[in-house]
Amino acid sequence: MDFRLTDDQLALRRGTRELLEGRTGGMPPRGGLDRALWRALGDAGLFALALPEAEGGVGLGLPEAVLVFEEAGRLLLPGPLAASWLAAGRLGVPGAADGTSVVTALDAGDGVPVEHLAAADRLLVLEGGAGAQARLARPEELCAAPVRSVDPLTPLHRVSGRTGAAAVPGAAAVPGADVALLRREGALLTAAQQLGSAGRTVELAVAHARVREQFGQPIGSFQAVKHLCAGMLERVETARSVVYAAALTENEDETAAAKLLADEAAVRGARDCIQVYGGLGFTWEADVHLHLKRAWLRAEQWQNTVTCEESLAAAI
Amino acid sequence: MELGDTAEEAEFRHALRAWLAGALPALPPAPDPEDWPARRAYDMEWQRALYDAGYAGLHWPRDAGGQGAPPGRHLIFLEETERAGAPYVGAGFVGLLHAGPTIAAEGTAAQRARWLPPILRGEEVWCQGFSEPDAGSDLAALRTRAVPDGNGDYVVTGSKIWTSHAQVADWCELLVRTDPQAPRHRGITWLALPMDAPGVTVRPLRTLAGTEEFAEVFLDEVRVPAANRVGAEDDGWRVTLVTLSFERGTAFAGEVVACRRLLRELAATARSSGRWEDAVLRRRLGRLHAEFTALWRLVQWNVSEAGHTGRQRCTGAPGPGAPGMGVPGTGVPGAGASVFKLRYSHARQELYDAAAEVLGPDGALDAAADWTAGRLSSLAYTIAAGTSQIQRNIVAERVLGLPKGR
Repeated sequence: MDFRLTDDQLALRRGTRELLEGRTGGMPPRGGLDRALWRALGDAGLFALALPEAEGGVGLGLPEAVLVFEEAGRLLLPGPLAASWLAAGRLGVPGAADGTSVVTALDAGDGVPVEHLAAADRLLVLEGGAGAQARLARPEELCAAPVRSVDPLTPLHRVSGRTGAAAVPGAAAVPGADVALLRREGALLTAAQQLGSAGRTVELAVAHARVREQFGQPIGSFQAVKHLCAGMLERVETARSVVYAAALTENEDETAAAKLLADEAAVRGARDCIQVYGGLGFTWEADVHLHLKRAWLRAEQWQNTVTCEESLAAAI
Repeated sequence: MELGDTAEEAEFRHALRAWLAGALPALPPAPDPEDWPARRAYDMEWQRALYDAGYAGLHWPRDAGGQGAPPGRHLIFLEETERAGAPYVGAGFVGLLHAGPTIAAEGTAAQRARWLPPILRGEEVWCQGFSEPDAGSDLAALRTRAVPDGNGDYVVTGSKIWTSHAQVADWCELLVRTDPQAPRHRGITWLALPMDAPGVTVRPLRTLAGTEEFAEVFLDEVRVPAANRVGAEDDGWRVTLVTLSFERGTAFAGEVVACRRLLRELAATARSSGRWEDAVLRRRLGRLHAEFTALWRLVQWNVSEAGHTGRQRCTGAPGPGAPGMGVPGTGVPGAGASVFKLRYSHARQELYDAAAEVLGPDGALDAAADWTAGRLSSLAYTIAAGTSQIQRNIVAERVLGLPKGR
C-alpha cells in the first residue's frame, strides 16, 4: 500500500490546474457552457483520459480522472462533465472524446432535471437496474420545459415525456454500456467535483479570515471562526481519502460513501464560507454562492443523500 | 495511489493470520475489568507472545529493538489482530505507543537499552504523567517542580492527574518544570520516574462509567536520577510533541476496524428486532458505514504520508487541498492526525448513540449492557489526548495557517 499520489499524478493535477486557470482566469466561468473551452478540454485529453492510447485516448485510469475532475470542480467548470466523460470513455460516442460533441444525461429513475439540455448534442439515458444497458438518444427527443435553475451557470430542463427512440424501451441501447457501472462512475466523478469545490471554499474562507479585521484583529484569530474553518478542512480531507480510495477499488459501497461525504463537504463548506465572509458572502458579487448552488445541484445528481445512505445501510 | 498489498505485505498478512489462528485459542480467559493486577498480567502475557512471534515493535526502528517495518505493516497488524479478535494493547499502551517511541527517538543508547527491551517483551508497564489539576488543555502550564539536588539527582514535587494504568505501572513518563523563570514552553523536562520510588502516591479515580480507569499521582520530594532525563534539561516540550503526535496518529487506527465490526453487529440486531424498518434509523446507520469506511482510508492516507518522510522538525504547514496530511518532513503523524482524531472521536460517540436508538430504552438504560458501557466510555474520546476544541485550534493554526489568538 502506498496511498500517496505518484509524481505523474501530481504533474497531471498541476497541469490541469494551469490549463483551467489559464482558460478561465481562475474564476468560475460566468457565461455557462463554453464550447471553445469544451473543445480545449477535449484537446487536452480530459474526456479521453481513460481511453486506451490505441483509440486516441490517454490510457490512464479512474484515479487520474478523479484528480482532473477535482480541478474542474474547484473552478466550478459548467457543463455535463461526467456524462460527457462516460460517453467518450465508456460508450465511444463519436465527438465526445475531442469535445466537439457535448453529452448530457437523463437518469430516469431519480427525477432530477436534465442539465445543459439545450447545449447538448447527445443524451445518455440511464434506466433500469442491474444488467440494464444505457441508451443514447437525441436531446430533442425529450419533451422538456426549462426550469429556473438555482445554479445560474447550470441550465436545467424538467422532462415531461419522450418521443422517438428515447420513448422506446431498449431502443438505441449501447452494447456493453452497463447502467450500474455508469451510475457508479458518474457518482464518483461528481463526488470528485464536489471535493474540488469543497477544497476551494476552505481556501477562500481562510484567505478572507486572515485579512478581514474586526475588533482590531483578523477574524481568523478568533476561535469561533477558526473552528468553522477547521471543520471545513476536516470534511474535505475525510472526503478526499474515500473519493480517492473509491477510484482505486471501484467498489459500489465505497463510491456511495465518497459521494455522500463529498456532497456534505461541498454543501457545508460553501455554507460555512458564506458565514465566514459575512455580509459579503450574501452578495451576488462574491463567488461563494456559486459554490453552494452548484454543490446543491451536484448533490442531487448521480445518487443523492437518501440513495447513498440507503445503499450503504443495505450493504452493512 | 495504491491501496492493495505489495507481495511483502501480502506475505506478512498471511503469516500473521496463520499465527493468530494458533495463538488466540491458547489465551486464558479475559480478566475482570476491575482487577488491575490481572489485567496487567493478561496484557503483558499477550505482549510477550507477540514478542516471541516477532510481532513486537513492528514500526519501531531496528536500533530500538523494533522490526523497522514500514508503517503500512503496522496497519496490517492492527487490521488483522482486530479482525481475529485478539486482545488490545491494554496496559502496554503508554510504553508501546507513547514513551517507547519517544525514548527511541530522543533517548541515549544507554536509555534505549534500559527501557525499550522490557517494553517490547511485556515486562514493564508505563504510565503518562503529563496533565495536572491546573494544566489540562494548557499543558505548558504544568507546575510539578524538579529541582537538581547538587548530586546529579532531581527532587520532584507536585501532582499529576488522569493517569491511566498508574495503579500497575513500573515507570511514568513525567513532565516537570525545571526552570520556572524561562518562558513556559522552555523550562520543561521529560523524566522517567520509577513508580516505586519513595514519595509516590497513587490514588485511583472513578470514571463516570463507574470503573477505576485512571488515577491521580502525588509526588512528594521524589528523587529521580539525572540519568532518567530523556533529552536535554528544559527541552521536554519538544520531546513531548513527538509523543503527542504518535498518540494522535496511530493509537486509534485499530479501533476503526473495531467500529466497523460493532456497526455490523448493530445492523444485525436492528434487522432481527424489526428496528431496521425505521428509515431514519437505517439511514443513520448507512451514514456511519460511510464514516468508518472513510476513516479507515484516512488512516491509510496518513500512514502512507508518514511512511515516506524523514524524522525532522516541521518546517512549514501545507495549504488546504495539499495532498499530504501528515506534516511533511516530520516522520511522525502530524496535523493530519488531529483531523483524524477529531473525526474519529465524534464518529465513535455517534455509533454508540445510534446503538442506543437500536436497542431502545430496555437496552440503552441497562448499565450492565456492553453497549451502554461503551457509550459511557466513548465520552472520553473527545476529551482525552487533546480535546476536540484543541484539535480544531491545531488544525486551524498549524494546517490552515490562521493567526494565533483567542
